[in-house]
This record gives sequence, structure tokens and C-alpha cells, in this order.
Amino acid sequence: MSERAKGLTRQQMCDRLAMEFEDGWIANLGVGIPTLCSNFDFGDKLVIFHSENGVIGYGPLAAPGREDLHLVNAGGQHVTLRPEAAIVHHADSFAMIRGGRIDVTVLGAYEVAENGDFANWKMAGQQGGGIGGAMDLAACAKHVFVAMEHTTRQGRPRLVERCAIPVTARGVVNLVVTNLGLFEVTREGMALKEIAPGVTVDEITASTGCRLIIPREVPLVRIVR
Amino acid sequence: MKSKIFAGFAEAVGDIPDGATIGFGGFAVVGMPINLYEALAKQGAKNLVCVSNSTRGGATLPEDAPDMGWLIRNGQVRKVICAFTAPTRASQRLILTEYVEKGLIEAELVPQGTLAERMRAAGAGIPAFYTPAAVGTELAEGRETRVFGGREYLLEHALPLDYAFIRAYQADAFGNLRYRRSQRNFNPVMAMAARVTIVEVEEEILPVGAIDPDDVHTPGVFVHRLVKIPPPPAGWWPRRPADLAKGAGR
Repeated sequence: MSERAKGLTRQQMCDRLAMEFEDGWIANLGVGIPTLCSNFDFGDKLVIFHSENGVIGYGPLAAPGREDLHLVNAGGQHVTLRPEAAIVHHADSFAMIRGGRIDVTVLGAYEVAENGDFANWKMAGQQGGGIGGAMDLAACAKHVFVAMEHTTRQGRPRLVERCAIPVTARGVVNLVVTNLGLFEVTREGMALKEIAPGVTVDEITASTGCRLIIPREVPLVRIVR
Repeated sequence: MKSKIFAGFAEAVGDIPDGATIGFGGFAVVGMPINLYEALAKQGAKNLVCVSNSTRGGATLPEDAPDMGWLIRNGQVRKVICAFTAPTRASQRLILTEYVEKGLIEAELVPQGTLAERMRAAGAGIPAFYTPAAVGTELAEGRETRVFGGREYLLEHALPLDYAFIRAYQADAFGNLRYRRSQRNFNPVMAMAARVTIVEVEEEILPVGAIDPDDVHTPGVFVHRLVKIPPPPAGWWPRRPADLAKGAGR
């Protein structure tokens, strides 16, 4: 998929969320854009990546030709294992999720509402859906972060007052990064925290479907690459 | 005791009746019972209820490799119970979608953790449980919820299986199993939930006692039939995407 010209690249979006991860956190990354969070250089921080298929402590993608055919992450990508790694079965993997051991999950979304509801399992008009582990993660992770493009391909806002498509969980999202900026779900509503370089506040409000709390001075999104 | 080792896949699935509920292990091809899918497609049992994470294979199998799509296209499936019943990308197309749209197959969509726990509960003799997953969503509409400690939970029922079809790395003749890496996934809980568990085994079946009891992942108590997967091309084995691109089939 092509990167949007405007604002942050997908890697920059995920880098910004990964900066919020704390030392010792257990993180679960959704399929798609969120997987890029694992490319961030965490420096001295130890972050353990949990994959819903029971791989705890996976490392970078395996080099082509060096893939272990018995080892994939939740996206079906052939990964490597860190020295801290452990393998469990699916019921234990989700016990870990429901039991509150996951410090952060980063998920993709179609829509995020100003009250923290979000939708990511069923497109408008679709029969059936693809939930995977998203409902368990969204309901139980200590922090729920979302990484998504600011608008749909047709230019419709993805940050909205209320989700128009079926939600994954209600009132759970803490932080949203889009190509245009960083947003926090607060008790008062959706707050613009940081703005992407080269983007104006007017451009953001024009492409956002809910009221935004905007500080007088909006800092730039921190970028590492 | 009668031997659990079967000579071939056809013999191992020969008695599967119409209407059976079958769990198929595996996650993104790893641990997926590819050879048992093929055997069941040939055997032809109908009106099956098929439980699995999703209905399709993945990038490490050739396009024509067996998966649940084979059973669906064969008209063998009445219902699927999965964590994915629609493609995750607009460009993808599932065989399942066509059959669901025509009303030929019922599709029950279940959050992945709930799916695993429903089978674990069945295996553990627990008829139902409450979970926070899916509360407040379309999946919870009209269903029983209960508040514990100020938080709302959704009632979910155990999901017992008639048969589990799974794949393991090693087995001894009693059916003690070891999986390798992420091959474990749903396989142990499906074996627990099933009346009859049928295993396709990657390595030569070992004599009893060859696997240290501390290293057994699924005890033979849950395992009833074992078939050694023949080397390719007689048996189905995943391949690296680059090797598949070069035309190396199964």
C-alpha cells in the first residue's frame, strides 16, 4: 500500500506511539500498520511483544531464506525469538490478555469516536467480519492505542462523534496517531496533542468528524526518522 | 490396548459421520492439519460444523493446498464457527463469503480468545463462563450479561467437539504430543474439547517413553489416532514463500 503524501509516514506514526511504551511493558501489535511499532529502537527499554497465537517475546522478522516454518506472529509473518521468549497455547495466550498482563495494544481502526469507542472488525455493509483477537485485546489491555490514516480513501473523517459501523469495544481508546497528528481521548473529548510537520490546524479540523480540544500552541509530532 | 497408529489419512477419517462437529487446529498454516483436510474432502462427510480460527490457508502453502475452503466448495459444510468470517482486506475474497451470501452456510463469528476458551472450558468440564470480550458490541446484542465487581461480562457457552483434527511435531505411540514453536496455538485446546482427536505427525512416531513426561504438551489421554505425514509430494508440508515462488509445490 502506498504512503500518503501528507504528514507522517506509517513508520513515523508507529514510532510516535512506540515512544510511549515503558520499560518492561508487554505489548501486542495488531496486523497492518501497528506491526511497524516493533521497528522502533527502544534503546535501554525492554519491551516484550506478545502475539495472540501464543508467541511471547518475538523479535525482528526472519531474513529471507532463514524463516522457521513453525514460527509466525499474529500477522502470519515469520519472526525470530528473543532470549526472553516463551510459547503457550491459545487459551493461555488469551488468559494473559484477559488477565490484564498486556500493558498496551496497538490496533488499526476504521473509526475512533471522541468517547473512546472504536471500530475495526467489520466494514460498512459487510457480511460477517474479521475480529481475530481485537475484542479480547481492546476490552482487557491496560492501554489501547490506535494507528490509522486520518481519513478514508474517499476523504471521510475517521475521527468521529459516534462510530457509524459496529464497534470493537466501547470507551477504551487512549491515544490515536494518524498521518496528521497525535490525539488523546480525554474525559472532555478528543484532544489534539501534537501536529505533523507541514500540516495546519485548519487542515486537521476540516478533516475531523468530531470537536477537537486544541491548545493555543500545538507542538510538532516527535520524529526519529 | 488397540494401537493409535493409523497407516494413512483415509483410514483415520473413514468413520466421520455426517453432521459431526470438527475442530481444525492451526494458525496461519502453522499447526494446520493440511493432510486431514484433504482426507476429509475425499471422504465426503456432509452437514459438518467446522470450528477454526479462519477458513483459509496462508502464504506458505501453494494456492491449491487443502484448507477449509475445499470442504466448503465440496458442499460438506453446514456451519462454520471462526474468529474470521470475512476477508480482512477489501481486495481479498473468501470462498466462505459466496456460500454465506447464498444462505448455504451459517457463519458464527467469535472473538478469538472466546473461541479458545469455549473449547478449553468444554475440555475442562465447565459448561459456560463470563468474559469481558465483546461486551457493548453487536455480538452481545440480546445475550445474557452480568456485572461482577462493577464490570459487565458476557455469558459464553462451552464448545465441545466430536472430532479434533490437529498437527504436531512429535508423538509417541500412546499419543503424547509435542509441538514446535507457534505450532501449538489452538491444537491443545481442541484436543481437550474433542471426543476423538486425530493427529497428523511430522516426525516418525516415537516409542512410548521417548518423550520425557515433563516435555509433553498434550497428554495421550486426549489423543486417539496418529498418522505420520509422508514426505512430499505424498504429504502436504508448508514451504518458504520464496521456494513456492520458484515452483516447489508440496
